[in-house]
Order: sequence, then C-alpha cells, then structure tokens
Amino acid sequence: MIDVQSLTKEYGRLRAVDNLSFRVEPGQVLGFLGPNGAGKTTTMRIVAGFLPPTSGRVLVCGHDIETQAVAAKRRIGYLPEGAPSYPEMTPRSFLEFIAEARGMPAAKRRQRLDEVFGLLHLERVLEQSIDTLSKGYRRRVGLAQAILHDPEVLILDEPTDGLDPNQKHEVRELIGRMARDKIIVISTHLLEEVDAVCNRAIIIAHGKILADDTPRGLETRSRFHNAVSVKLTSPDQLAAVRRAINALSEVASTELDEKNQGLTAFPAPGKLPLAAINALAEKERWPLAELHLESGRMDEVFRSITGGATA
Amino acid sequence: MNGVLAVFKRELKSYFATPIAYVFIVIFLIASGFCTFYFLGFYESGQADLQAFFYMHPWLYLFLVPALSMRLWAEERKSGSIELLMTLPLEMWQVVAGKFLAVWVFTGIALALTFPIWITVNYLGKPDNGVIFAAYVGSFLMAGAFLAVGACISAATKNQVIAFILSFITCFMLLAVGVQLVQQVLSSWAPQWLVDGLASLSFQTHFDFISKGVIDLRDLVYFALLIGACLYANAIVLQLKKAD
Repeated sequence: MIDVQSLTKEYGRLRAVDNLSFRVEPGQVLGFLGPNGAGKTTTMRIVAGFLPPTSGRVLVCGHDIETQAVAAKRRIGYLPEGAPSYPEMTPRSFLEFIAEARGMPAAKRRQRLDEVFGLLHLERVLEQSIDTLSKGYRRRVGLAQAILHDPEVLILDEPTDGLDPNQKHEVRELIGRMARDKIIVISTHLLEEVDAVCNRAIIIAHGKILADDTPRGLETRSRFHNAVSVKLTSPDQLAAVRRAINALSEVASTELDEKNQGLTAFPAPGKLPLAAINALAEKERWPLAELHLESGRMDEVFRSITGGATA
Repeated sequence: MNGVLAVFKRELKSYFATPIAYVFIVIFLIASGFCTFYFLGFYESGQADLQAFFYMHPWLYLFLVPALSMRLWAEERKSGSIELLMTLPLEMWQVVAGKFLAVWVFTGIALALTFPIWITVNYLGKPDNGVIFAAYVGSFLMAGAFLAVGACISAATKNQVIAFILSFITCFMLLAVGVQLVQQVLSSWAPQWLVDGLASLSFQTHFDFISKGVIDLRDLVYFALLIGACLYANAIVLQLKKAD
C-alpha cells in the first residue's frame, strides 16, 4: 500500500504540491492526470524517494520513504520522467547494473534478465549502446529497469511517451497484466491512457487533488454523459430533425455539428433520451447515418475540472 | 558493500566505454614524460631517482584531475540519471563511495602505466626503489585528494565547465600555499602561524614529505581526512541539491 499523508513540497515560494493525501491499494492502477506543472512529477519523485517533502510523509508498504528509505525503495520500481539511463552503456550492461545494485542474487539474475528482455522486446538491441537507440527503445529500457525486480509498487512517469501506437498498446497490455497484485501509479497527459489502463484516476492542478474517481465515474461528470449523437446522410432535414428532438421531454438542449452534418442531444436531468430518439427516428424515417450514445468525454471533464489551470 | 561494488564497476567500465579514459591516459603519460625528460632534465641530472618525475605530479593533476572529476556528478544531473541512481535501494554513502573509488582507481591505472620510467631508471642505475614506491603511494593519495575536492564541487553544479574552473581554482590554492615562493610572499605581511597553518593544509607539503620516501602517519592521516571530509560534504551537497 502507498499511503501519502498531507504531502507538501515547496520550491522557494512556489508550492508545487499542496497538502496532498491519498492511498493506493494493491490491484489499483492509479492514473495521475493534470496540466503541465500541476505537480505530478514532483509528487512521484517524492513517493519514489528522490525528493524529500517539505512536510507530510509517505509510507510505501509500511516503510517511511525518508527514514526507512532503502527498505521502501526495494519495493518500488520507478521510471523517472524522460526515462534517463547511461547513454554509453548497452541495454544489457545497464540492466545488469540495475540487477546488481538491487542486490538480485546472481543465480536468479540471468533468468530474470532474459524474461524482461522478452517482455519488452529488447532482444534485438541488447548489444547496442543506448544513445544509438530510438526514443521508443530507450523508454522500454527504462521500463525494463523499473520492472526488473518484480516490485510490489510501480511508479511510472509517462510510460508511453514517445512510443508509437503499437508499442503504446503493448506497454498498456504489460501494465494491465502486472496490475492484478501490484500497486501501479502512472502519470500521463493522454486521457485515452487512463481509460485503457487505469481503474482509478486522480486529477491534480496547482498541487491539489481536484477529482479522485474511476475513469467511468469521471466520464459521468461530463455533460456528454448519456447524450445522443445523430448523424444524417444528407443535411437537408437536419433543421427538422433538430426541432423534433428538441420537442422531446427527455432532451434538454441540442447542439449542431455542421461539419459532420449531425447534432448532439443533451439529456434533461436524470433522463435517458436514446430510446425516445431512436423511436422517433424510425417513425419519421430519418436518413440516419449514425446514432449513438455518448459515454462522456474525458477531455471535456478534464478541461472543466482543471478550468484553464495550465500554468 | 555490494552496492558500492555495483556502482564502482559501472562507473569504471563507463570510462573505458567512452574516449575519456584513453584521452586522459595518453595525455597524462605524454605530459609526465615530457616534463621529466625535457623540463627537468632527467638525464642531465645524472641521478638514478625519480625526483624530477614526481616533482611535476601536483601540477599535472591540477590540470588533468578537474577534467576527470568535473563530469562525476554534473553529468548525472544533466542527463537525469541521478534520479535513477538515487532511487535505487542504496545508501547515499554507497553511491558517493562507489563513484569516487571508480575515478580514483582509474587515476591509479593511469599512474601505474608510467611504469616504463621506473624500468628505465632501474636500467640506468641503482635507484632506491623504496623511495620510488613511497612516492607512487604519495602521488596516488594526492590524486585522491584532488579528486575528492573535484567530486564535491561537481556535485554542486549541472555545468561541467563551472565544475572544472572551480575545482581548478580550489586545487590551485591548496597547492600554492605549500609552495615556498608563495610562502615567502605571504610571510611578508601575514603572521608566521598563519603561513605555517596554510602550508600544513597544502597537498604540496604533504606530498613533498612522502615523495622523499618518508611515509609519516601524519601525512597519511592528512590525505585520509581530506578525502573523507570532501566526500562527506559531497553527500550533503547532493542531498540538498539533487533535484535542481
């Protein structure tokens, strides 16, 4: 378990993290969301034991990250922002160094290294120096380093940054596979990632928690939640369709989307307009191209919660 | 101890994975040879000893060691790998000691590669090999002191050029206060106890004794304390400034 208790970090007069408290239990994949400069990286650095907090404390599996640093760090796998490593080393020698520094017994080392090389598809570049590798490979070397000792806690700062869509998918699958019995905290600015891998999301801005919910829970906060999008094959009837939909008691308002020749109908409080719109469409024989239920838009929730907090 | 060893091995290997090691060793060997034979007249002196060779060591180190120590921490900070290193389950002293020992052993390798001059002097005459051995020990200890000062300064900055210049100046002062010429200038206005005090802090003074073959406990303690104090300061500076 990670237990963060009223954590505060100040850089001079700037308060980067402001009295932050949260707990993460095994099995949770926590997504840390926030605009740039919100305090995500600072929080992760404190939890990983790199930075000392100004006040407050962090317990990792019961060990205080400041007073029992080595015991706590043993349980953590950490991917720092930008996945730093030693550019003159090869992935093999770099990971051998990490294994040795983590005190992994020599007998276990080789087998585990091979396992991790396989998991992250590093076999082809093992003997190449890291500074000749692409950004995607470097990120994967960083991930390999973090999961090498099969830690109870994984802290990953933007784990899929710089990866192509296939690699992103693979890394997310990997995180998903490890998620069952581990505590995973990832920071990201990709909202789709939260949807794809996290079962809990915390949105922070200016060092404070603004929302702490499941990704689904966050989506329900969107005004698009349960809204219905309608697209027609020809725009001629759009005005008539809009009038008809507006007349429904389940619909609070509609918005046109000229470019896509469609509209979105927002539900009246507590209503689900999909069935009514569907029935109407069949009765009136609208030339439908598309009719679907919106689950809620994460980016819109994110914007409304952080409210222009883009410092 | 395993943590120290892991850091030590990684660091030492990385010197040889880059041109740093070869450039340093070649320049050190050429410069020490040049100084010995041309500057100080190794042959002309007609004596079977290595006084001339060791005489120049403090001044060689003054230029070469800051070039080696400047990257020690500054580079880790610049590339961000310090974040990785400091979140491994290692104590701060293990990391500081591992890195320092690596660069010290590396300098030791460069120093050991000057062995042809020892063979030469033994071929030409009958030198006192005990004195030569003592001088090698003294030179190695002095290199350690230079490196420890440089390591501490490197920990305080991200910029290698700044680290080089500050280390150079600090080491220069630590050397200069032990040089007779400087002492004479100082004693014209400073009280004698101050001049003596400064001289006893100098690398030069302690190295001079050892290189004459006198391995005095006080000189060994001096170097050990200086290295220890600098590394302790190094750890504190890192703890305070590791993130910025």
